This record gives sequence, C-alpha cells and structure tokens, in this order.
Amino acid sequence: MNDTPAAGAGMIQRAGGGTAAGDAAVRFRGVAIDFALARGGRYPAVAATDLSVGAHEFVAIVGPTGCGKSTLLNAAAGLLQPSSGSVSVFGTPLVGLNTEAGYLFQQDAVMPWKTALDNVAIGLDIAGVARDEARNRARAWLKRVGLSAFADRYPHQLSGGQRKRVGLAQVLIRDPKILLMDEPFGPLDAQTRQIMGNLLLELWAGDRKAVLFVTHDLEEAIALADRVVIMSAGPAARILGDHAIDLARPRDAADVRLSPRFHELHKAIWAELKTEVLKAYGGEAA
Amino acid sequence: MSGSRVKLIVLQALVAVVVIGIWHVGATVPIGGTYLLPKFFFSTPGDVALRVWTLFADGTAKIAGCTEPIDLSRLLSPSNACIGKTVWQHLLITLTEGLLAFVIGAAAGVVLGFWLARNALMSAIFDPYIKMLNALPRVVLAPIFMLWLGLGIWSKVALGVTLVFFIVFFNVYQGVKEVSAVILSNARMLGMNERQLFAHVYWPSALSWMFSSLHTSVGFAIIGAVVGEYLGSAAGLGYLIQQAEGTFDTTGVFAGMVILAVFVLLVDWLVTLVERRLLVWRPPAAVGQA
Repeated sequence: MNDTPAAGAGMIQRAGGGTAAGDAAVRFRGVAIDFALARGGRYPAVAATDLSVGAHEFVAIVGPTGCGKSTLLNAAAGLLQPSSGSVSVFGTPLVGLNTEAGYLFQQDAVMPWKTALDNVAIGLDIAGVARDEARNRARAWLKRVGLSAFADRYPHQLSGGQRKRVGLAQVLIRDPKILLMDEPFGPLDAQTRQIMGNLLLELWAGDRKAVLFVTHDLEEAIALADRVVIMSAGPAARILGDHAIDLARPRDAADVRLSPRFHELHKAIWAELKTEVLKAYGGEAA
Repeated sequence: MSGSRVKLIVLQALVAVVVIGIWHVGATVPIGGTYLLPKFFFSTPGDVALRVWTLFADGTAKIAGCTEPIDLSRLLSPSNACIGKTVWQHLLITLTEGLLAFVIGAAAGVVLGFWLARNALMSAIFDPYIKMLNALPRVVLAPIFMLWLGLGIWSKVALGVTLVFFIVFFNVYQGVKEVSAVILSNARMLGMNERQLFAHVYWPSALSWMFSSLHTSVGFAIIGAVVGEYLGSAAGLGYLIQQAEGTFDTTGVFAGMVILAVFVLLVDWLVTLVERRLLVWRPPAAVGQA
C-alpha cells in the first residue's frame, strides 16, 4: 500500500466550519467532555471541539476505536452534558434532550417485548397519535425499510440487519430534523452494511435531514457523507481534519467505492487517519 | 426427532418402573427372612395407588369421621371439623391458599420492588432489613401467624406470602435495575416521559424477570400453604398428610405425597402455558424450563 501523505493532499478541499451560524442544525462550540474516574481524578475524553453540521448536510465522524466519537454524539443528543463549551441546535442552546434529533444506536435499542410494528409505532403512540393511524403509518414505514412481511415478528425473530431496519424506521417515523447515528451498522456483516448504507442514502435523499454519522470505517464514511471529519486518538480527542466529499449524488454505497475519485479521497484521508489508528493501538500495530 | 422423543419417554418411564419395582419387591418379598422396606414404614406401591384411587373415585371418602353434609359456603371460613372432607376439597383449600399467597406476595413484591429500585435512598435504608428478613427461615414464622391469624386459611396464606414476596421482590428489583441503558436512552430519545418509560420499558422488563421466576414463586406459594397446614389446620393436603402421620398410616402419608406431587406438576404445567403466552417475545432459550 502506498500511503505517502502528500500523494492525494492536493485533491482534498478543506471544508470550512460548515454553513452560516443560524443555519447549522448542530453546532459544537469549544465542547470538551471529561469523565470522573473511579479512583478519583478525571479522564479527558474529548478536548475543546468546534464542529457544525448544516441543516441538510451528511457529516461522518471517523476515528480510531475509543476516541470519543460516540461521546460527542451523545452530547449532540443531550444524553451527556459537556464539561465546557456549548451545543446549539438550529441556533438555540441545547438544554436537556435534543428533541429535534433521532438517534440510531450501535447496539440493538428496539424493545424486545414489542413486535416490529409496535416498535416502529411507539414514537407516534407516545406523541398521542391515534392507535390506528400510528399503526398505518408504521406499516408504511416497515414497507419503506423492506419489512412488510415482518410486522408481527418480535426482535429476536429478526436478523441483526432486520433489527437495524426496525430501528431506522422507529427513528424516522418521528420525522426528526437531525439524525444522529452511532456506528449504526457496526455489528452487521459487510454485505448487509452496504445494503443498509444504500437504504439510508435512499431514505435520506427524500428530505435530506442533517446527519451526524459516527463510524470507524473510513470507506463507509466516504461512501455516505458530504463531509468526513477525522478525530484523533484519545485521551483528549480532537478534530484533525475536515474533508469535503465531492462524489456525485445519488450514490450507490457499494458501486461508488469503485470510482477513481473515491480512491483518491480514501488515500488522502487514510494517510491522516492511519497515524491516529496506530496511536490508538499503542506500539502493538507498529 | 420424534424417534428420540419416544426414546426419551420410554427411558423416563423406565426410571419410574425401576424405582416402583424396587419399592414393591423390598416391601413384599422377604430377603433372608427380613423385608428391606417394611410395610409399616414404607407401605407398598399397590396400597398407595389403591388409596389414591379410593380418595378420588369415591368422592365422599372421608379422612376423619364426619357425617355432616359439606357446606361450601363455609369452605374458606376458619377451621371447622366438618369442612373440607373430600380430597377434592382439601385440594381446593390448598389451591386457594397457594393462589392467595401468590397473588398477595407477587403484588407486594412488584410494588416494593419497583419503589425501591427507583428510589436509591429508600433502597439503601431498607437493604439490611430486607436481607435480614430474607435470611430468616420462614417456618419459624408459622406459629406466630397462627397466633395472629388463627388456624384458618389466612395463617397459611401469610406463610406463603413471606416466601413468594422475596422471590418476586428481588426479581422485579433486578428487572428494573437492569433495564438496558441503550433501550432506555433510545426510549428517551423517542420522546418518552417518566410515565411512558414506566409503561413501555420498566414494566415489561420487570414483568419478564418476574415471570422467569414464576415456576419458583408458584411452587413456594404451595409449599407455604402445605407447610402451614401441616403445622396446624383442619383442612388441606398438608392436614391430610399430617392426620395420616398421626395415626401411623404410612399409606395415607404416601398417598398424600403422590397427590401433592401430581398437583404441583399440574400447576407447573399451567404456569408454563401462561409463561409461553406472556413471554412470547422472548427468545426460546431464555424461556427454558418448558
């Protein structure tokens, strides 16, 4: 493998801090997050970070395992309070949970005691939508994610990929303006990941929600996103690079990987990421 | 598949045949002039089967001499020499006691389990007392309950409640505590408030833990009833066994045990049916037992 950093660097456009301040769906301003350690003291997970995601922008965060990508995502969701700095959502400082956002978790988060249909409908149920209407809309969503025939199945009767589809429909039925995704396809096999990537792109193309997509898979990030943000290895992870992905849309998450432009982008970004991945694994991988 | 099932049933039946065979031979065939299992202490399988048969077939079979007609309205009233004379009524009384113990114990366990699991301070305050009470052998409470509640069904219900309560309590407590953090975060992100989290997340999770202990808690409810009856009552299967024992009627004791065993098996089978219905969402391996 030729990974001279200089090779593709000229081709990369450095993206700015996103769009104008009022436009940004999510904006991190100097967000730092640290955790209290059991033995006392604090572990700095994320160092002061500035990042913004435009209203219709698909941003992927890539970094080595354990670098604090998910921590940053949890701050955007409001599940976690930053130690310093602020998160704003469409220009309003975030207080409590981010009600504009839908969150797709890495692990299975659907309720095992509800059928696929009830899992998808729950967001509408709790919002007070009439039961029949909620079921009808949930059925429509199951169809969009290709699970029409599985409405009455319980999660344990579905495959990992099918459970992810249920999770995706469960989040999207509420029509959030922002989609936060934490390595959502991480546990799936390679083929299923590409199929899920295409499904996501297809659903996203409809109304282009703001997406913050965390992954450790650079190829997946380039195939899906408008921008790829590289984070350094922890502790005190920070943003190293911000790369615009100028691949044409609509894309096919599998086919796009064969294009020459994809390879150029991959080579340039990987050069930057590689050092961080090695750092994360210490001397082991060197 | 079905072949191995047939084989299994044959092997299971073989165990019964061997055990009963040894019992029969030991009790009826003298070896070297002595019986290995003297009738006085062990009865014989035939006698026990016959006794069980008479108890059931002859619905009017009396345990103790009582000629009064049976008054169903007094069935659940405090002890009375002339109620619950047929084996069916003894069964009904034990079942009633077990059922009441289960319902009351489970309800109390669910409420307290939820409350303490969601309230860290209360949980910390009551922790040593709950551990202390749970460590107490429940049989020692039986005389106290009889003193407080009399010889009727309620002292047996109380004993069963103390057994069922702790099983359900610990399971519900655990169920609420161990709700997956991801499912909880997901539910919050989907917009659930505390009340909705209770209905859609905590409650189903706690129920699944409770139902996974259903076999144990139903079993303990019946144990509480039978032990209570045995220690002092005028009706129920425990009373039936105790009465037989008091007159050195070994056959009666064994007959009572057989009836009790079959009764518990039937209840357990019903529980399995309920469990299958309610825990349909669980992966088969987790339902187990069935």
